[in-house]
Amino acid sequence: MTLTSKRRDEIQQVALQARRDIVRMVHAAACGHPGGPLGMADFMATLFVEHLRLSPENLHEPDRDRFILGNGHTCAGYYALLAHKGLIPRDELLNFRKMGAMLQGHPHRNADMGVDFSTGSLGNSLSVGVGMALAAKLNGWDTRVYNTSSDGESQEGQIWEAATSAAHYGVDNLTVLVDFNNIQIDGVMREVMNVRDLREKYEAFGWHAVDVDGHDVDAVDGALCEAKAVKDRPSAIIAHTTIGRGVSYMEGQAKWHGVAPNDEELELALSELVAPA
Amino acid sequence: MLTVSQQTAPLAKGEPKKIATREAYGQALLELGSERDDIVVLDADLSGSTKTKAFGQAYPDRFFNMGVAEANMIGTAAGLAAMGKTVFASSFAMFAAGKAWEQIRQSVCVPRLNVRICATHAGLTVGEDGKSHQMLEDISLMRVLPYMTVLVPADAVETRKAVRAAADADGPVYVRLSRASTPVIYDESYDFQIGRGSTLREGSDVALIACGVEVAEALGAAEILAAAGIQARVLNLATIDPIDTELIVAAAEQCGAIVTCEEHQIHGGLGEAVAGVVARNHPALVDMVGMDGEFGQSGTATQLLAHYGLDAASIAVRAQNLLKRKG
Repeated sequence: MTLTSKRRDEIQQVALQARRDIVRMVHAAACGHPGGPLGMADFMATLFVEHLRLSPENLHEPDRDRFILGNGHTCAGYYALLAHKGLIPRDELLNFRKMGAMLQGHPHRNADMGVDFSTGSLGNSLSVGVGMALAAKLNGWDTRVYNTSSDGESQEGQIWEAATSAAHYGVDNLTVLVDFNNIQIDGVMREVMNVRDLREKYEAFGWHAVDVDGHDVDAVDGALCEAKAVKDRPSAIIAHTTIGRGVSYMEGQAKWHGVAPNDEELELALSELVAPA
Repeated sequence: MLTVSQQTAPLAKGEPKKIATREAYGQALLELGSERDDIVVLDADLSGSTKTKAFGQAYPDRFFNMGVAEANMIGTAAGLAAMGKTVFASSFAMFAAGKAWEQIRQSVCVPRLNVRICATHAGLTVGEDGKSHQMLEDISLMRVLPYMTVLVPADAVETRKAVRAAADADGPVYVRLSRASTPVIYDESYDFQIGRGSTLREGSDVALIACGVEVAEALGAAEILAAAGIQARVLNLATIDPIDTELIVAAAEQCGAIVTCEEHQIHGGLGEAVAGVVARNHPALVDMVGMDGEFGQSGTATQLLAHYGLDAASIAVRAQNLLKRKG
């Protein structure tokens, strides 16, 4: 299965809109994390548009797919995609991180918004994905469970406990998309604490694992299709990305892990985040 | 008019049988497994000791051994619960509550899920394994968590009922269980309810408020005190959170002196929970029997309780000393 040009255009449109939302949301909040979600936007849009069975229509169906944002601090992009899906009112996006708002600084489980789990503490969430995948199998459901993670999060030991158990129980309905941008809060991941080759690591733990260009929506789509076809093993998609992708002054910069753009920077970002002529 | 908790609970008659609370937990799981399809059990390579193994043999599809990885076990339990399962997760208290505390907070309590953490081998009565395995801080670690119900049953009868009540509860539950065989205190007709303590012995000179294995010691202390002409009320506070305020306040009002007894650090445990209720509602003298800022060591359960002043004789002395202050 390959993407039709129409679907590819749609995914790229959704990713672009998500990027515009991300910079506006973090600017409006005057704090938050723009760089990570800008980097993840292409693979997240591919997942949400093309694969994840989550919509207002199936929201309360118990056997629908599940999604857990393991790197919870990147939630601006997640919320933007939930708004695209019609699960969050678009007006709410600009209340992100504000007192009393629906959209918390890190995701909090909310059945009506389709936020399937509370995250924010790195390392904890892949285990939850394992539990959800086991429950779906116990119930005989064809539910697929999608987690995101990151290269930085892979420094947490619990990720590897979860990886061990997922392979042991053969949860082939579990897929983790790892945002590999080589940046973490304190700087360059390979300098702070090098996690090395995550594809090799996941493979060594008994997973089906592939490296993809996380900005190539065809490659991401192909990897997600492949993950669905793999039997008896969970799948890891190591999505190589550039932090801050699409905003020239944020690209590759650790500084933009967790800093909000000011008014001028927002305008500059929005002027760059436009559809190619 | 006495409330239910203030009426004396039905007690076992005759020579007491000795059964470990972990054994009763294993039995309760088997019952629940046969009654409810939604029950799933996880263990972290200690299923023979925690007694979840029998469930695993009877219902292999609903039992997952997660290996020596407690943090992942709790996260997996949370994922199962988020999909509608009622999950029991077991390990030794040291590892379940200690090693996986942050996962319990973030993945179980924050989303308020139906995970029941049944932690065995709590306290000094683990015995010979020594300080690395003698969990003396778990009541404190668990009762501080929002939404967490904390149960410390006193005997096998109460454990079976508490585990069944935990299965039906809404939200997370921690159940603290023991390795050692301890006397059966209650008659089967006893009605356990989450949030209710129970009165085991009437008296108004001093109240001994205990939980877990210390309930039997408190009953022993009351016998010693009775021989000295002191009538001690003995209360079992099997639910630490939500706490039975009414029962504690009545003890403060009617006895004026309270000795709390726990196989746990006095910092943040049963004693401070009771003292908080007393201070806010009806100030009275409180002394706390428990571990006072030290770790344990290897020894038999009986030796350790005596060494650290947690046995019946020590509790009786502490009560008599407190009564001197009461005047």
